[in-house]
Amino acid sequence: MLELRGLTAGYGPVTVLRGVDFAARAGEVTCVMGRNGAGKTTLMKAIMGIVPVSAGTVMLDGQAIQDLPAHLVPGKGLAWVPQGRRLFGPLTVAENLDVGGLIRGNRAKVRDHVLALFPRLRERLNQPAATLSGGEQQMLAIARALCLEPKVLLLDEPTEGLQPSMIALIREAVLRLKAEGVAVVLVEQRVEAVLRMADRVAFMAHGSVEEVAEAAALHPGARQFADFVGV
Amino acid sequence: MGFGPFLLLALMEGLVTAAVLSLAAVGLSLVFGVMRVVNVAHGEFFMLGAVIAWFVAGLVPGPAWMAFLAALVLAPLVVGALAAAVDGLVLKRLNYDPEATIVATIGVMYMVQQAALSFYGPDARPVAAPFDWRFQLPWFGYSGYKLFVVAAAVAVLLAVWLGMTRTRAGLVMRATQVDRDVARAFGIDVERVYMGTFALGAGLAAMGAVLYVPISQAHYLMGHDPLLLSFIVVIIGGLGSLRGTLVAALVIGLSDGVISMFFSPTLAKILATLLVAMVLVFRPQGLFGAKA
Ligand SMILES: Nc1ncnc2c1ncn2[C@@H]1O[C@H](COP(=O)(O)OP(=O)(O)O)[C@@H](O)[C@H]1O
Ligand SMILES: [Mg+2]
Repeated sequence: MLELRGLTAGYGPVTVLRGVDFAARAGEVTCVMGRNGAGKTTLMKAIMGIVPVSAGTVMLDGQAIQDLPAHLVPGKGLAWVPQGRRLFGPLTVAENLDVGGLIRGNRAKVRDHVLALFPRLRERLNQPAATLSGGEQQMLAIARALCLEPKVLLLDEPTEGLQPSMIALIREAVLRLKAEGVAVVLVEQRVEAVLRMADRVAFMAHGSVEEVAEAAALHPGARQFADFVGV
Repeated sequence: MGFGPFLLLALMEGLVTAAVLSLAAVGLSLVFGVMRVVNVAHGEFFMLGAVIAWFVAGLVPGPAWMAFLAALVLAPLVVGALAAAVDGLVLKRLNYDPEATIVATIGVMYMVQQAALSFYGPDARPVAAPFDWRFQLPWFGYSGYKLFVVAAAVAVLLAVWLGMTRTRAGLVMRATQVDRDVARAFGIDVERVYMGTFALGAGLAAMGAVLYVPISQAHYLMGHDPLLLSFIVVIIGGLGSLRGTLVAALVIGLSDGVISMFFSPTLAKILATLLVAMVLVFRPQGLFGAKA
């Protein structure tokens, strides 16, 4: 589904990603782990075309998309839930979802489907996004991305700073999307969460994917966690 | 004339100033809000609107109101198209860098001014009002056209507000204003939004000028005051806040009318400047701006 080869990207003169190889498959959750500054967020931005790619390819269903202008990337079936949520704060919940579905027809139906996943948002449709609680904001960030009906969903630390009950809700949503056949790429730092959700885990360090493991072959004390996350 | 009627007259004059000013200032505010570009050439877009109104008046035969209507449509379109060109040729190439675009728009300001001097000349020239109906209050007569200016500005501002809050284009502009990278990730062509916003901002200034020129005159340096006052209004109202811009335009316009009439125009400018200083010191984000 999504396949990166030798992806090199960075900010201006600063190269952050140095030849990333990575793949995500439909109906699977691929987790990305690595220390702060390893390049996980930059990886997602590069896939979305927001950080310029200087070498390598991003293939989506066999089509190269790394040279597309950023605003044409979501139309190919990619959606991004940025780190720190980055909602349109002054806009209402409904308007955030409208932006999510901007380039899709059939907005009302998709929105109903998405709100069924996060019923709490339905009560807050006319409230500015900035006034939601942290957990609700994260739900909205995911819901907004789902309005694109993506084939590939990139989630950057969606449970950062959330209460356990919220984390459980978001985990359920991720597993539901996986069951619906979405390819989920999830940046997640907590070992126990990764082991519960992941099918495969990519470990990043210094701007490249150093190792990929099947989740079934990992356990809380696995060497990779110590090497790449430091736990 | 007693104090009451005199005050009324001053308020009416102030309202006219506020109306014209709010159109120019909303244009400046939109451009800054959405694009983070401080457009120093904004006053020249205003001036061009007035100059185009003068040219159109000479070209369109028949009654003054026909030329006026033609100018009201043409000037914003022509100025908007010019602004779109400035966006594509200058701002976009600077990657909308906030500092570089200030310098660049200073250059644009100078070029537009000199072009106006070359093609239009150094003279101040009047443009006829579309109608010269006056109405009589018990204490004084007043220009019906000035009231029309206020009504027209209110209508245009209402349209802008509805456009920003109720339409897809407005939604796209507001989303871009908050976070342009995330907007891109949802399929918004940010460069197109910027071009449209810059054209809209310039068009609003031009429209304000077409309304204003019959009660003043067209002159190639007439952009200075609207630029300065628009900045004052935008700073007081809060950068990027539409509501704040309108409130501040009303405050500045009305106080300018009243203070100019009872004391002197110079005092009005001094007080406005003082107000800006106070806002900058005590509430740098403006009365209605979000905290930075
Ligand atoms: N906007 C930016 N400009 C320049 N360097 C950046 C920028 N954002 C991140 N970086 C650098 O890129 C590297 C990777 O950052 P990031 O992708 O955010 O890592 P992670 O998400 O894994 O913590 C870091 O060294 C960081 O300092
Ligand atoms: Mg990160």
